[in-house]
Amino acid sequence: MISIKIRTKAISGIAGMIAVCLLAILLGPTPAHAETLKPVTFLPQWSPQAQFAGYYVAEAKGFYKRRGLAVTILRGGPEQPAGDQLAAGQVDFGTLFLTEGIARRDQGTPLVNVGQIVQKSALMLVARKASGIRTPRDFNGRRVSVWEDFNLQPLAFFQRNNVDVTIVPQGYTLNLFLMGGVDAASAMWYNEYYAILNSGIDADEMNTFLLADHGLNFPEDGIYCREETLLRDPEMVRAFVQGSIEGWRHAFDHPEEALTIVMARVNAANLPTNRGHQKWMLARMGDIIRPAGGTAPMGTLTEAEFRFVAGQLRESGIIETIPDFLEFYDPTPSTP
Amino acid sequence: MTRPPRPPKQRGLAFRLALFILASTSLIFLAAFGYNYYYSRQLVLKGVREVAMQMVQTTVLRIESKLRAVETPPRMVAMHLESKPITDDLLLPLMHDMVASTPAIFGAAAAFEPHAFDSAIRFHAPYFFHAEDGKVAFTQLGSKAYNYFLWDWYLIPKELDRPVWSEPYFDDGGGGILMSTYSHPFYDRSAGRRQFRGVVTADISLEELVAEIDKISLYDTGYAFLISRSGAFLAHPDKERIMRESVFSVAADDNRPELRAIGREMIGGRSGHAAFTSIHTGRRSLLAYAPVPAAGWSVGVMIPENELFADIWSLNRMVLAIAAAGFTLLLLVVVAISRSITRPLKKLVGATGEIARGNLDVALPVMNTGDEVQVLTRSVDEMRLALKEYIANITETSRAKERIESELKIARAIQMNFLPKHFPPFPEQSAFDLFAALEPAMEVGGDLYDFFMVDDRHLFFSVGDVSDKGVPAALFMAVTKTLMKGIVEQGLTPADVLARVNVELCQNNESAMFVTVACGMLDVATGELLYSNAGHNPPVLLRAGGVPEMLPMPPGLVLGAMEEAAFSTRTVWLGPDDRLLLYTDGVTEAMDAGQKLFSEERLLIEMAPLTTATPRRMVERLMAAVQAHAGDAAQSDDITILALHYKGVSEMAAKG
Repeated sequence: MISIKIRTKAISGIAGMIAVCLLAILLGPTPAHAETLKPVTFLPQWSPQAQFAGYYVAEAKGFYKRRGLAVTILRGGPEQPAGDQLAAGQVDFGTLFLTEGIARRDQGTPLVNVGQIVQKSALMLVARKASGIRTPRDFNGRRVSVWEDFNLQPLAFFQRNNVDVTIVPQGYTLNLFLMGGVDAASAMWYNEYYAILNSGIDADEMNTFLLADHGLNFPEDGIYCREETLLRDPEMVRAFVQGSIEGWRHAFDHPEEALTIVMARVNAANLPTNRGHQKWMLARMGDIIRPAGGTAPMGTLTEAEFRFVAGQLRESGIIETIPDFLEFYDPTPSTP
Repeated sequence: MTRPPRPPKQRGLAFRLALFILASTSLIFLAAFGYNYYYSRQLVLKGVREVAMQMVQTTVLRIESKLRAVETPPRMVAMHLESKPITDDLLLPLMHDMVASTPAIFGAAAAFEPHAFDSAIRFHAPYFFHAEDGKVAFTQLGSKAYNYFLWDWYLIPKELDRPVWSEPYFDDGGGGILMSTYSHPFYDRSAGRRQFRGVVTADISLEELVAEIDKISLYDTGYAFLISRSGAFLAHPDKERIMRESVFSVAADDNRPELRAIGREMIGGRSGHAAFTSIHTGRRSLLAYAPVPAAGWSVGVMIPENELFADIWSLNRMVLAIAAAGFTLLLLVVVAISRSITRPLKKLVGATGEIARGNLDVALPVMNTGDEVQVLTRSVDEMRLALKEYIANITETSRAKERIESELKIARAIQMNFLPKHFPPFPEQSAFDLFAALEPAMEVGGDLYDFFMVDDRHLFFSVGDVSDKGVPAALFMAVTKTLMKGIVEQGLTPADVLARVNVELCQNNESAMFVTVACGMLDVATGELLYSNAGHNPPVLLRAGGVPEMLPMPPGLVLGAMEEAAFSTRTVWLGPDDRLLLYTDGVTEAMDAGQKLFSEERLLIEMAPLTTATPRRMVERLMAAVQAHAGDAAQSDDITILALHYKGVSEMAAKG
């Protein structure tokens, strides 16, 4: 199970590079044009799924190429954290949650948010009705599994509701919750929540707490690059962000086409998911990227949201100082 | 003879027999066939359910034994680790031997809690595995990138505090081998505590199991599948589904809530049966399922119904073929039987047609069938003979009747021809008026009336009634009237006239008929009326301005009965406008439907308002009254009425 994975990484890395080269040769534009395309790497923060549909669609539909970029989308996942890779300068672009972006900035990594794609937090707490958890107060004394990386909102939620909760580290699946090991678990609305439904638990058997609806809206996926990248080639950054936004628009307008593109990525990665699940995910991405009633253009980060999230981070001791908003976020690349 | 209308065109007996027999036989057959089909279906279903369940149980057992066999070594190692201080010298050979000695185990690890093995190191998880070259290889797991504390194989047994089979997963390295990991927790039990220290794991490849399940086939396209604790497909003929789809995702994609319900039953650890349309084959199928308790998985076997029931269907096809042949045979037999019935019937129909046309001498076909047709033929023959005889009788009777009728006609002609019928009879006479009428009965009754002027001054009138009816009575009446007229002209009194007529009638009266007569001789100049009686009803006298009364009659026997009978004459003087009414017993003895007689009293009452009427009116009114009385009752006797109105003679006329 495990050692193989380590060996595989090297193999798949090499194979991936070969594949990319082959693809570039086979599918690339005419040689004359090829010289003008700038090679760019992009690392989403997780394995291929509809959470990143916009980028895959932009790549597949040539939205990047049209803007002079040859984007290589790398396979993300726990073994290749986007934050680390960005910090190390291994990739040009990556997606990160706003919290991680701010934290990294505070830790001295000069990452810049060049487009806040996801406006609304999809993080939720899911409890079985049978456990008796109906209101936030009911969490008191319960075992709740929480992702270490995304524990800020749940902890703030528990604190706000003044409940004492036994936190259990949450792994990469919801199996502990499904097997009754915890009373409630963290879930992404677009992913784990549907996985729970697809594991045979009916929606009406659960009570859900979407943290964004409880005053804890932490905007999630944003596009990040290093400050030096932005300084060196702002046009390239803008091209990437604009291509990505166009990709998202196209994905929402043509969900079936987008799903086919996503599923090709999913199948190439041999991931245990299916089209139905990805369809759900894409629809939910629409809900959180273009939330109902939202008017801001795609990619916008308001200072108020930034200050709220950063304030929460400082309060919890994750960061010491709130970074300067305009240093952290550059609205130019995403401005239409 | 009127010809009966032709019967409406109908299907023949053979057709109807065939129709009804085949229809009812078909119904019976269909009922039996339907029940047989239903019952055999149930039987097959029961049998197949058992077979399918057995198949499921066998598969479950095979998986269970495989899993249980793999569970043992990690459990032993875990126990070992709890009983002794753990060092690499102890641990590494133990782990190596476990993997080396158990080919079923692909790899095994002993993963420790952070700093639990050595407080200086966070990760400690020695991992031995079967390398591709066949040797047992070794590596250390755990790094910042591979934080095994968060992986299911470590986290779940730790948090659940019990050994657990992980959800199966694809191992990326070995070309996408489907694997599952058994993790047995072990604890630090020193100093009376029980502190979680780590897990001992064993990875197994599920490929062999999946291959075994794939090999299961029932009937033509029946198949088996295996799902995990969360409903994910582990083994299924559609390889695309494995680990990508779950029962629930398939149910959601296809919008099949019943499949979701079945899935919940399966992962709920229950066993049972269900019938539903397989999404994989698109056919209505039978599903049998049972849980794999060790891992919380569930095995299902799907058998398409049409294959289950293929035997029944081939049986049914045979039954239907036999039925078709049977029906054909039955049809032929029915047609043959009905032909054998209808052939003589048709002959009979021909013969009866002849009879209907009036040929009663036709010969009926000879029957020796001994059945109802023969009986019918005999009956028809008897009917023919009876008809023949009846018709002969009718001919005879009608001939006699015609004769009688003609006799009656003759009698009536005789009677009526003898009666004076011109009114007023003597237009030159102003001294009196007279009217008479005779209403003959169906059978001539032999009534008579007569009047004539004997000389210028004397009017003779009479009313009589012969005792018998018909022609003899008519003749007797004619004789009486003729005799009376001849004798009156000799200038005799009414009594002498009757006496002489009586003598004449009595001679040669072999038939012993007699006649009653009332007669009178009126001197129109003076109003002197001489009258006599021979057993007749008394006339009614209506004096001018008086009340009607019966004219007292002299006694007298009927004429023709006794030669020596004596008669007497009486005299009554009629004044001007006196009226006299003579009648036969057809008036007083007319009966209504209740057999009530008209009676003399009634006669007098009817006459009362007629004291000033003309004779014609008197006769007509009385006739109408009698007829009204009789109503619908048949008139049994002649009714004869004669009315006389004496007006008297004016002085002038008398002198003249």
